Amino acid sequence: MLPVSAVLASKFRLTQDKFMENLIWLIPILPLLGFFILGLGASKLPKGLAGIVGCATILIAFALSLGLAGSVFASGKLEQTLFNWVSSGAWTVDFGFLVDPLSLIMMLVITGVGALIHIYSTGYMHDDERHNYFFAYLNLFVFFMLLLVMSNNYLLLFAGWEGVGLCSYLLIGFWFKVDEYNEAAKKAFVMNRIGDLGFLLGLFLILVNFGTLNYDGVFDSTVLSQIPVGTLTAITLLFIVGAAGKSAQIPLYTWLPDAMAGPTPVSALIHAATMVTAGIYLTIRSHALFDLAPISMEVLTYLGLATSIFAATIGLKQNDIKKVLAYSTVSQLGLMFFALGMGAYVAAFFHLVTHAFFKALLFLGAGSVIHGLGGEQDIRKMGALRKVLPITFIVFLIGTLAIAGIPPFAGFVSKDQILLAAYEKSPLLFALGVFASLLTVFYMFRMFFLVFYGQNRVNHDTLHHAHESPLSMTLPLGILAGLSVVGGILNWPSLMGGGDWLQHTLSGVLGTPEGTEHAHAISASTEWTLMAIVVALVVVVIGLAYSIYVNRNTVPVEDEDEAGFGRILSHKYFVDELYAALFVKPTQAISEWFGRIVDPKILDGAINGIGQSILTMGSVLKNIQQGAVGLYLFVFAVGIIILLALQILF
Amino acid sequence: MENIFNVVPLEHFVLLSLALFCIGMVGVLLRRNMIVVFMSIELMLNAVNLLAVAFSAHRGDSGGQVFVFFVMVVAAAEVALGLAILVMIYRNVKSVDINALKQLKW
Repeated sequence: MLPVSAVLASKFRLTQDKFMENLIWLIPILPLLGFFILGLGASKLPKGLAGIVGCATILIAFALSLGLAGSVFASGKLEQTLFNWVSSGAWTVDFGFLVDPLSLIMMLVITGVGALIHIYSTGYMHDDERHNYFFAYLNLFVFFMLLLVMSNNYLLLFAGWEGVGLCSYLLIGFWFKVDEYNEAAKKAFVMNRIGDLGFLLGLFLILVNFGTLNYDGVFDSTVLSQIPVGTLTAITLLFIVGAAGKSAQIPLYTWLPDAMAGPTPVSALIHAATMVTAGIYLTIRSHALFDLAPISMEVLTYLGLATSIFAATIGLKQNDIKKVLAYSTVSQLGLMFFALGMGAYVAAFFHLVTHAFFKALLFLGAGSVIHGLGGEQDIRKMGALRKVLPITFIVFLIGTLAIAGIPPFAGFVSKDQILLAAYEKSPLLFALGVFASLLTVFYMFRMFFLVFYGQNRVNHDTLHHAHESPLSMTLPLGILAGLSVVGGILNWPSLMGGGDWLQHTLSGVLGTPEGTEHAHAISASTEWTLMAIVVALVVVVIGLAYSIYVNRNTVPVEDEDEAGFGRILSHKYFVDELYAALFVKPTQAISEWFGRIVDPKILDGAINGIGQSILTMGSVLKNIQQGAVGLYLFVFAVGIIILLALQILF
Repeated sequence: MENIFNVVPLEHFVLLSLALFCIGMVGVLLRRNMIVVFMSIELMLNAVNLLAVAFSAHRGDSGGQVFVFFVMVVAAAEVALGLAILVMIYRNVKSVDINALKQLKW
């Protein structure tokens, strides 16, 4: 009896897995379908139905991704090729999907967090007249993001890469009636284009040197070993340019804080949880190239570290609740690049996942505050909101503790692994990493205390209308808060009795053989000590923030009153002004010159000149036409005689 | 049947049709009466027809003769149309002088 049932069960499992395998294409197609339904029917669909369509497509995609989990974690990877996409000479590119643990976890984050944010948006965007378009754009974004992570070649990844950039542009400028928001959208688009150009050049280099854009072909170790290190360094450096654009690193980070012009769910989904992590995904996906290019790894390390500290110091003096979170995102992304540069891919990816949880939570929490206060974003005009917005207060506290790195919240585990990797490299890097994360702790708690503690500085009318958010908003907040608490389980270190699950799961993708990945150079006691030091410092910094902003009730001064270094910080190191002077103004001057001289005088002059000369010629030549039929006939006959004569003579 | 080219050599046909064509052309160029010009054009046309038939017979290929039938049919239609136009011109300008239509220019 037993063997028969076992055979049956295995057979059933097989068919079931095959079934799921064949449905891979549905995962990205569903959000695209949602986009078409919502986009085309935007003016006709009632808001409720549009919200349901928007959420349902993502939820089903999430369920399908979950359904794949079993077979992917068991078999390592699934592939599905839909059709031949580009075929030119010797190289071809298929429209194909690759689902391995790396992309599957990305898919789960995108569809999972995405679905929560969609649900949240039904509440947040309820009163917006362009509600349906909002969901259409969000669905389109999820489609492109899934394409980006599910592709089995660089070209399709690039298509998704560009697509998410487009959606980011559309959603930052969603409230296009405000001119400032349009400027922010354009800024994001242009900054991203700079990065994309680098990425594209990297792709060209790959195509020239490898002759293919498929991951299989590029990551083939026999092929890789024949490529000179210089070429690999060039490719990876260009990839870093692309990643710096998309993931907001120095020097291309300035678009991300401005991108907060978009609705808050957009900030949470695109500019915190998913799109901005595309650069990190790209680096991990291309780790085979990066591993062979030590110079690029160094660049990644120091670029990430510099961004992390730089953005964190700016965050200290921001007074817009979303701007603080934006700089915090830049800083955390910097920390991830820092980890990537040290080869700690798992730690970086782990931080990416936990960051998606708690940063989405913080943004949505901020959205809940903004929603409750009728659009107020200045933390100086908040205060003592814990009574008014109790649920938001609790989830925000959880998010803040998670990003600060208090055990056992998710952020603690992932950040700790990055810092540990830094310590293995050098104590100085560790110290700088700790410094960056302590800055994060300070400005996050500064914001938290200013919003929820201290004196109530909300103006009377607003306070009167202040209200806790509806269930559609608090439910996703609750789920994300839960994930921010327990998210650390994904890669709970064996030191603390965990299983290092993510480490094992990704070992296949990263090519690290089982068992060797945990050859730590440092002993368990050192690890515990470092952990304790970091946590103690974090607690001290929280206490500092508490004494400044709660005990002493300090309220940040107006921007104009800032002096000394604070003034530099509140003006974001004048980077925007620098870019304006270096790039924007000269470009505008050149454009203006072209518009004044080249376009009207040279281009228009040439075109009008051609037309005018034809007219002049015509007015001269028309005199030949005298209307005398006899003359015409004469010319006709003479012409033929001449032609005949020429024919005979030559 | 005796071959006609034993009686009249091919050169004669060619010379005749050349003479006819030149007469027609001179008529077209020099005469000012539209009807005469028109008749001269017909003369040129028939000179060409004659040449075609002569060569056709000489080569023993009936294609040229068949073609001439087509030309004659088309010429008949053209004559009908051309004369109709002449009548209309006469009704409008009360003249058949080809220089009467000088205003047909830019």
